[in-house]
Amino acid sequence: MPDTRRDPCLPPRFVDWFAGRGWQPHAHQLAVLGARGDTLLIAPTGGGKTLAGFLPALVDLVDRHEGLHTLYVSPLKALSKDIARNLRAPVEEIGLDLRIEDRTGDTSATQRRRQRVDPPQILLTTPESLALMLSYPEAPKIFAGLRRVVLDEIHALAESKRGDQLMLGVARLRRLAPGLTVTGLSATVEAPQALANFMGGAQVIEADPGPAPDIAMLPTATPAPWAGGGGRHAARDVMTAIEGARLSLVFLNTRAQAELFFQALWEVNDKALPIGLHHGSLSREARHKVEEAMASGALRAVVCTGSLDLGLDWGDVDLVLQVGAPKNVKRLVQRIGRANHRYDEPSRARIVPANRFEVVECAAALDAVREGDLDGGGRRWRGPLDVLCQHILLTACAGPFEANALYEELRGAGPYAGLPRADFDDCLQFCATGGYALRAYDRWQRLLERDGKWQLRDPRTARDLRMNIGTITESEKLKVRRKSRRGGMPLGEVEEGFAASLTPGDTFLIGGQVVRYEGLREMVVEVTDAAKREPKIAVFSGLKMAMSLELSQRVQRLIASPEDWDALPPDTRDWLTLQARISTLPRPGTLTCETFLRGGRAFFCLYGFAGRNAHQTLGLLLTHRMERAGLGPLGFVATDYALLIWSIDPVEDPAPLLSAEGLREGLRDWLEGNAVMKRAFRSVATIAGLIQRNLPGQRKSGRQATFSSDILYDTLRRYDPDHLLLRITREEAARGLVDFERIEEMLAQTREIVHVRAPHVTPLAAPLLLEHGQVGIRGGTGEARLMEREAEAMMREAGLA
Amino acid sequence: MREIVFAGMRLEAQPSGALWWPDEGALIVADLHLGKSARMARRGGALLPPFESLDTVARLEAEVARLGPRRLISLGDAFDDDIAANEIAPEIADRLAALTQRPETIWIAGNHDPVGLGRAVAEMPLGPFTLRHIAGQGPDISGHFHPKARLARRSYRAFLVGAHHLILPAFGTYTGGLDCDGPELRALVGPGIAVLTGPGMPMRPIGQSAARQSR
Repeated sequence: MPDTRRDPCLPPRFVDWFAGRGWQPHAHQLAVLGARGDTLLIAPTGGGKTLAGFLPALVDLVDRHEGLHTLYVSPLKALSKDIARNLRAPVEEIGLDLRIEDRTGDTSATQRRRQRVDPPQILLTTPESLALMLSYPEAPKIFAGLRRVVLDEIHALAESKRGDQLMLGVARLRRLAPGLTVTGLSATVEAPQALANFMGGAQVIEADPGPAPDIAMLPTATPAPWAGGGGRHAARDVMTAIEGARLSLVFLNTRAQAELFFQALWEVNDKALPIGLHHGSLSREARHKVEEAMASGALRAVVCTGSLDLGLDWGDVDLVLQVGAPKNVKRLVQRIGRANHRYDEPSRARIVPANRFEVVECAAALDAVREGDLDGGGRRWRGPLDVLCQHILLTACAGPFEANALYEELRGAGPYAGLPRADFDDCLQFCATGGYALRAYDRWQRLLERDGKWQLRDPRTARDLRMNIGTITESEKLKVRRKSRRGGMPLGEVEEGFAASLTPGDTFLIGGQVVRYEGLREMVVEVTDAAKREPKIAVFSGLKMAMSLELSQRVQRLIASPEDWDALPPDTRDWLTLQARISTLPRPGTLTCETFLRGGRAFFCLYGFAGRNAHQTLGLLLTHRMERAGLGPLGFVATDYALLIWSIDPVEDPAPLLSAEGLREGLRDWLEGNAVMKRAFRSVATIAGLIQRNLPGQRKSGRQATFSSDILYDTLRRYDPDHLLLRITREEAARGLVDFERIEEMLAQTREIVHVRAPHVTPLAAPLLLEHGQVGIRGGTGEARLMEREAEAMMREAGLA
Repeated sequence: MREIVFAGMRLEAQPSGALWWPDEGALIVADLHLGKSARMARRGGALLPPFESLDTVARLEAEVARLGPRRLISLGDAFDDDIAANEIAPEIADRLAALTQRPETIWIAGNHDPVGLGRAVAEMPLGPFTLRHIAGQGPDISGHFHPKARLARRSYRAFLVGAHHLILPAFGTYTGGLDCDGPELRALVGPGIAVLTGPGMPMRPIGQSAARQSR
């Protein structure tokens, strides 16, 4: 470590401040400070990464700066809050004269207006809020004096379209504030240079990774159940671990699981330790309460989801418990990093598999961590065009622009560096006229070109466009409130689809409480407290995480190698042994299929270990072929390791179904008509501004609800098959959602197709029956036969037949 | 096709969403909403694929060609609004004119298009029924609500048949729908049958407790 007293970059006040705390700046903190130009800092959590990002700004701000000096962007609102809190201490202690404020979707309108007039020196925000700020005509004034941008958790942002949107925003900032310096902060990643390119080029600075983590499976008194998630069997073991630690974070993979596990923990919380719950469906108030209680040391544990995943600087956490398999080794490593922010001590983490398959997955993940084998970056090709369309429309909101200038500007954004002019022109055409083969909107263009500058035809549309900002296209959420005359307490939110499935009297879990569904009023789900302990409907859908390819391959190798099963608990060994006896163990180089009958349906299970997306595509293609063969397929479910299809009649011989030529043949024609493509289209169309995002409060009464995006998709396919949005949808599907390459690879590696006719559901297939996310087959003979059956039953029940 | 007996008359629900009355040679459609995408664009909204009027007319042409009706009856909201009726693309107007040349065509006024095309009437008697846009004194055949029904966890455009009302699904391509299990349609139609436009055109009960199981 360099001698800080002589470091030329660090002013004496800072040296004294470090010394007063008994600290020394880390080498990487000084490296960022001393660097010229843009940098990308790769450091494990606890490495003082955030301070490293802000240090150059703080040193710069020793001299008073009028207006905005530093913009900090992070993926989470909560992170901004936390950073604001953590920065205030050093700023006061060093005696800097500056204001730090955050600006997110939660910031009040008054505060936002004030920030536009009188911005603070340091502003903390999210990619969406930045996009919004840039869409106002005042943007050039606000950002003209900007000197530094800090992009936190950029590894997480780079994985999604939020990152692409952010980089377009940064390119705009560079034009508004020439000479801007950008610092990216990232957790450990496999390919730092790719991330630097994503930033549009930056010098990579890698921090000392610190000691290896102390990580293992948590031994449990009861073995993991055969199937299911949630890890409730381990509640008491987890409770004991919490008792033995100062502060624990308990991670679950979905919000529903977090709710259930939180409840299970409280049932065994004999010592009444303070334990909180934090996930993205909880109301803002509830989340803040937990965040603050945790920061003040009032809690012993927090049960949480990915909403707490990103580097909240909580140095007091000394144990991370991961309940449920981590799905992704990199994410696991990053989560472990949450624990114990003392940089020189190993982080302590325990994994609690929720079922026996996850035991295998956890064992494989632990091996990967020990070997330092992170999953591949998964960084996508080039900047997606739907995000670009949104950017163009928002640019028009800020004021008239020249096409050439905008094109030059956005090529400064890493993801769009190689953007062909033709693609840009197509996006501009789409924004202006819809870009249809039929020119129908000449009089009603959204954007018009006047005097060489593009602008909104109707400036009032800016409001709608700003409402549509963002690239997250989850399904619509409805607020849940306790029913009361004075508009009760907000408890959180649930997805619209879940709300639609409720009937008054149903009970479900939210915020750790069982509530009773009373009804829907003005798009608010009204509930009352339920006396019952067990919720009737336990699950509301959360984000589903996909297992990385690397991890699923490790899982397959482990399953196929009984000699390595020592790492597994005895019950899991028994489970796999039973699978070997009843059916067979899927081995690398083979494609193992099982068929069995259950509940009047024929099941076909295929262990491809090719990842969820590839299995989903395979599901679509195979059910199509089964339809042609008259087997009456009804639906399927895909996981990372297998595909399960059910049909009226059984698959007798899988080999012809699985011929590569046959699958390839069906791909283009048929895939376009399927549900996965429609889902991808909905997301693309929303981001590109074709479909207005449904926002709470401004929805119609719902009497004639908006027609589905499926109709738009079908119409475009029929009348304008080369339309820009269909091109984007196809491209996305081919690479991400469809992942046909992985299917080809899987088939190429298959030397032998093993088909087992099992007497009943097999141990490996059982968990699949309980998976959510089933895809139904529409318009097939199976559907008609099933509908007939159901309709008959209903008519009989109603006494009509 | 699915046969419906309503007020003693034998009618046929077509998978397209049209109603065919063989004895009268009458083809009845509801809620074409022509010009919907143009209206949205005019109001500064999204520029939706401008093909829906073309698609709606093409599907109507196919029904007329297949069934050869003596009478073609539109139950209102043929146009998304009056401006849409006036500004309709020449190609669509020509095809509509050609389409309505052979069968006697009756345009019933809707709430979106009080004027409509040609002979727009508020309602018309036909056999034992009244044909109108919004259900009133039964027995009547009407549209307006764009009903949908769920079966086996899915939602389809549907014909609703109650004791006094037969309500047609919307025929227009860009038209959303209202769930027949919702309070509004349950109260209006009462116990009855929904005929779904999905595969095989199955029927299911509506307005009874069993309807809850359709979710």
